[in-house]
Amino acid sequence: MRYFLQIVLLLSTVLAAGACADKKSHAQAVYFLIDTSGTYAQELGQAQALISYVLGTLNPGDSMAVAQVKSRSFSEKDIIAKVTFVKDPIQVNAQKRAFRDQVVNFTKGIKKGSAYTDITGGMIQASEFLKETGSGRKTILIFSDMQEELDYQTVRDFPIDLKGIRIVALNVTKLTTDNIDPRRYLNRMAWWEKRVRTAGAEDWRMINDLEHPERIFEARH
Amino acid sequence: MVSGTAWMIWPENPALSAIVLFFIVVPLLYAARRPMQGLFRSMTRAFSNPLRLGARWLSSSAVALRQRNRLVLLAHGREEAMKSIEREFERVTAVVKRDLHGYPALQRKVMDEITRIEEDYQKCGEVPPPPPEWTKAVGAIAKIKPSGDGLVERILSDISQSIDEIYNKVVAEYRRSYEERHKILKGFQPFWRSLEQTLGKVDKNITGLQNSAAKIDAQVEKVQHINANLDKAEHALGASASIQFSISGLVMLIAIGGAFVNFKLIALPMSAMVGGGDYITDNLQASEVAALVIILFETLMGLFLMESLRFTHLFPLSNVNEKMRRTMMWISLTILLVLAGVEVALAVMRDLIVSADVALKQSLGNAAAVVPMDASWMMKIPTAGQMILGFTLPFALAFVAIPLEYFIQSSRSVFGTGLVLGFRALALLLRIVGLFVKQTGNALCMLYDALIFAPLLIERMVVGVRNKGGLAPVGEAPFSKRLSEAERSKTGEHG
Repeated sequence: MRYFLQIVLLLSTVLAAGACADKKSHAQAVYFLIDTSGTYAQELGQAQALISYVLGTLNPGDSMAVAQVKSRSFSEKDIIAKVTFVKDPIQVNAQKRAFRDQVVNFTKGIKKGSAYTDITGGMIQASEFLKETGSGRKTILIFSDMQEELDYQTVRDFPIDLKGIRIVALNVTKLTTDNIDPRRYLNRMAWWEKRVRTAGAEDWRMINDLEHPERIFEARH
Repeated sequence: MVSGTAWMIWPENPALSAIVLFFIVVPLLYAARRPMQGLFRSMTRAFSNPLRLGARWLSSSAVALRQRNRLVLLAHGREEAMKSIEREFERVTAVVKRDLHGYPALQRKVMDEITRIEEDYQKCGEVPPPPPEWTKAVGAIAKIKPSGDGLVERILSDISQSIDEIYNKVVAEYRRSYEERHKILKGFQPFWRSLEQTLGKVDKNITGLQNSAAKIDAQVEKVQHINANLDKAEHALGASASIQFSISGLVMLIAIGGAFVNFKLIALPMSAMVGGGDYITDNLQASEVAALVIILFETLMGLFLMESLRFTHLFPLSNVNEKMRRTMMWISLTILLVLAGVEVALAVMRDLIVSADVALKQSLGNAAAVVPMDASWMMKIPTAGQMILGFTLPFALAFVAIPLEYFIQSSRSVFGTGLVLGFRALALLLRIVGLFVKQTGNALCMLYDALIFAPLLIERMVVGVRNKGGLAPVGEAPFSKRLSEAERSKTGEHG
């Protein structure tokens, strides 16, 4: 009996020590960047479905934001909806519904795509938001053709900081020019991978098959 | 870098180089024979001796551990047998108090019933009154011969008529009397039945007492065997401990399965109580720990309940008085009931959360067409099932105290035996390795001698010529010979 009590005491101590030791956040933060420029604005239906899927996978304590990519995207005004879920799972459902409604209203309101595409600005804004949440796992989901086009005044050719953030490019459609010369597409993707990795991103992935959205959060082996 | 042909005297002729080198090296090897073989022996002994010492230590530890296990096993067996005897005596005392305590009253009842039966029997034996005296006179008149006298005939006719009437009366009287006796005999039946039942009960009690006495005898015999330190008792107790260990282990596994189901049932709703998304360790959420704590608490209360009900003896409650024990029992039962109630509430909450989650996912998947939840009574069956499960599982978990006690008690013997076997196996392994190392040293010495066979042969011949007896016997063995028991005890050397 004495040994049994000793084991219980030991387990309690280990558990208590573990409780004191684990200070890192286990929450997840997801920043969804939607390209609303040019012809890509037609893909918004798919983006909405994907947002719904991601919303369904998030847990109490997690954060999520949806922002649009347009001519200049480094602005809080481009954030369509953002939320940090409370700890109560029943209240979380209400928060998710409200978030979904905000996104639906936004997609209904889009009439015309922007002239330019500032993906870098959107990523910097996303990085700022994700760092503020203090979440343990940070992800930027970019729903775009990854063709960055800036006006002559916009400056984005400087190093950016994406430390500890996973970047996932979704539904990267091929442009007409890509079809003529696929190397353009491949070079574009290689350039983005190099850029985000240089910026300190934890991971870079590209997922074009939206039939399997569960792959977004799968760990790479 | 040294070339592979550096050792060759004539690089173009390796064979000749090898032969010449062999003849150069062999005398040197012969000269260094003793120190080299000593080196081999020392090196191999440096490994084999510690291994042998280790093997010996393990063997002696195994013997000591086995002895200790035996003592523990016998002590445990003795304690169990004494407990069993105590329980049987308690049973006997209860039977004696309950049944034999009322024996004087029972005996009086039996005696009363017997007396009553006897009285009734006596009444049955009462003979009806004899026929009246005048029947003799009637008999004498009946003997009168018919003379044809009308008067006499008339008198006789009257007498005959009177006698017939009297006869009928007497017969009726007899019939009534026998009827009464039959009634009395019929009245015996309930008394006989009651007597039979009472005696049957007595017989049952006596048989029960005999069985208890037989059990006590068997346990006393077991204690005698244990006290006599018999191997038979040790084997029986060892086998019993192994069986108990296996069975209680199996039951514990089933209980762990039940606890897992219980955990799954309450982990999700606990996130609504303690907050979801909080982690205690990398993979352990606070809600999961809270659910685990509730289950452990239920198990603990179950342990106390079983302990206070005297089903188990894990805690030293012998110095707790009866009142305190009863208080403990009620407190444990109340807490267990409260926890079972909490689980019912959590089961309902779980159902709510799951339903809300399903509804949300449906609405997220297709915002336009949300399927409304069916509110029929059939949809409530799973909720009711979860509630029942939530209420019953804590009580089912409470009974895990019984196999746990057996598991803890038998594990000491089983692990002890396993440890002894492990020690023996390890000792054998060390012995084999030590022997192998030692024999490797001997083999190296012999190989060394084989290399320098030519000088050794010359040495033998020279020694033989000196002794004038032909070839001398082979000199000192390259390895020490095995000592006899007497030599070992004399020199104190092992090997």
